[in-house]
Amino acid sequence: MTIIEEVSVPSPRDGDGGPLLEVRDLHVEFHTREGVVRAVNGVNYSVSAGETLAVLGESGSGKSVTAQAIMGILDMPPAKIPQGEIRFRGQDMLQMSGEERRKIRGRRIAMIFQDALSSLNPVLSVGYQLGEMFRVHHGMSKKDAKAKAIELMDRVKIPAAAARVNDYPHQFSGGMRQRIMIAMALALEPELIIADEPTTALDVTVQAQVMDLLAELQREYNMGLILITHDLGVVADVADKIAVMYAGRIVETAPVHELYKRPAHPYTRGLLDSIPRLDQKGQELYAIKGLPPNLLRIPTGCAFNPRCPKAQDICRTDVPALLPVTEQDGGELPGRASACHFWKETLHG
Amino acid sequence: MGRYVARRLLQMIPVFIGTTLLIFLMVYALPGDPVRGLFGDKGASPQVIAQLRHEYGLDQPILVQYWHYMRDMILHADFGTQVASGRPVTDVLGSAFPVTLRLAAVAFAIEIVLGIALGIVSGLRAGRATDTGILLVTLLLISIPVFVLGFILQLVFADQLHWTDPSVNDPTNYGQLVMPGFVLATASLAYVTRLTRTSISENLRADYIRTAVAKGLPRRRVIGVHVMRNSLIPVVTYLGTDIGALMGGAVVTERIFNIHGIGGTIADAITRREGTTLVGLVTILVLVYLLASLLVDLLYAVLDPRIRYA
Repeated sequence: MTIIEEVSVPSPRDGDGGPLLEVRDLHVEFHTREGVVRAVNGVNYSVSAGETLAVLGESGSGKSVTAQAIMGILDMPPAKIPQGEIRFRGQDMLQMSGEERRKIRGRRIAMIFQDALSSLNPVLSVGYQLGEMFRVHHGMSKKDAKAKAIELMDRVKIPAAAARVNDYPHQFSGGMRQRIMIAMALALEPELIIADEPTTALDVTVQAQVMDLLAELQREYNMGLILITHDLGVVADVADKIAVMYAGRIVETAPVHELYKRPAHPYTRGLLDSIPRLDQKGQELYAIKGLPPNLLRIPTGCAFNPRCPKAQDICRTDVPALLPVTEQDGGELPGRASACHFWKETLHG
Repeated sequence: MGRYVARRLLQMIPVFIGTTLLIFLMVYALPGDPVRGLFGDKGASPQVIAQLRHEYGLDQPILVQYWHYMRDMILHADFGTQVASGRPVTDVLGSAFPVTLRLAAVAFAIEIVLGIALGIVSGLRAGRATDTGILLVTLLLISIPVFVLGFILQLVFADQLHWTDPSVNDPTNYGQLVMPGFVLATASLAYVTRLTRTSISENLRADYIRTAVAKGLPRRRVIGVHVMRNSLIPVVTYLGTDIGALMGGAVVTERIFNIHGIGGTIADAITRREGTTLVGLVTILVLVYLLASLLVDLLYAVLDPRIRYA
């Protein structure tokens, strides 16, 4: 009898060293009666295992639509993906069959939604909704699935899990409900989690608890995390890198702390300036002037030009590409890029 | 829960007294009386009429009549005697009620199965050709008067195709009851379809359905478990209140298909001014209505855990 030497079989978690998820030149449009709404216009980003990417942007910037395209939960029609790739472990998910994608959903890529009350089914117990993951994806019996559900609720620190497993969503507090959403996303230990404004509906103290829990679980399972938010405060503590979106495009990417220190896009600068600060108490709060763009009629050139304090003629004609930015002396700034014709002035000025 | 049911049952007492009194007064307010009706055009000597009126207690003040009627009904389960036939009203009820019950059951089954099925198909394809077609058919069913539809079906399925008998001669034969049952069910069926459709197409857009899809559940589970549970709540309410309507509203259908149920009996009782028969029949219908709505309210809690009874 030979003893087979232990070979290191690459587990799916290790992958091939490349990024876990790579979005390339993604376009999403909605065909409505008023015309074609171009919600996403060429988004590129990637996330590796264990990494947290924060996608920042105001309402209508396309951050949630991008996430839903990754999940494959856009209603098509009216949505359409005319162009782009979404590579998960190197495979383009847009080329997969519906059934192949369904098997990835929930099991390998999971999503946490903003409002846990409306995102949980009101007439099914939380135990049922959690257990459903195991029953559908692993073919577990009802009884085993319930035991797993209790385990999960314990995992996300819901007190007296065994007693509450048969309760319904409305019987939980907002924070506890969001924990159940997180538990549901974590159930099958996915490789990637997309959290779409997971704390927006919660009050501030609970926000911190939920974010800490999410970060802790992410480290433990070495998951990739895409955190979609418009809250710069939430991002600073947990994210590794940031992608700022505006009118369906990424306008700036940077490692988290560098972005806060030295933004390279006027829009990012505007966002940072509009955070209330203690040392400016009593002064009027800065606000980016103008309104978010109408996605039916995105301004020509740089979409931000009507609101930009630095806008020149070129901004009204040429769409700036997302290009790497450098130090004044030409030194590299890894991971940094900006889609502004005047990034130099913004970054170094 | 137990207390809730007890309270609801107690609430039925004033409703019961109110409806019976109201009907008693209404029949009294109608011109003519059952004894005169007995003689038709021939007329009778005033002495005979007075004699008969005294026998049936019709010469007493209306409230005294009502008091005697209620006393007999509650203490002796005696619903009085039909003047025209001389039969006890309980007897009349006993023969008419099961017939209507069977007809209503057939109609109710058709309404549930067909109504909900069409509603689901339509709701899942909201805005497309199938949906538009189903909506058109339901609109047609709502607008066609029952007697027109009844005659058309009789003509087509009985006279031309010979699939069934034009009228019901054996009310225990469910095969014969299908066509009248369908006619009776049409309007309600159309409402059930539309209600189910709206409810489903609304729920399909709900956040928790997006969650269910994001969980990687197969479509049939998303629809069958997550959409259906929520969509059926308003439909069940409608179905519950419709049980009573089906039983009381069968007058025309019963006439068309020659069914001797409650509908026909009520119509006869009204033309003959038979107060006692009428009150007995309507009382039973009111009770059916009240019990059905209690049942629906209890079923609510099963379907929607957010509803609690205090």
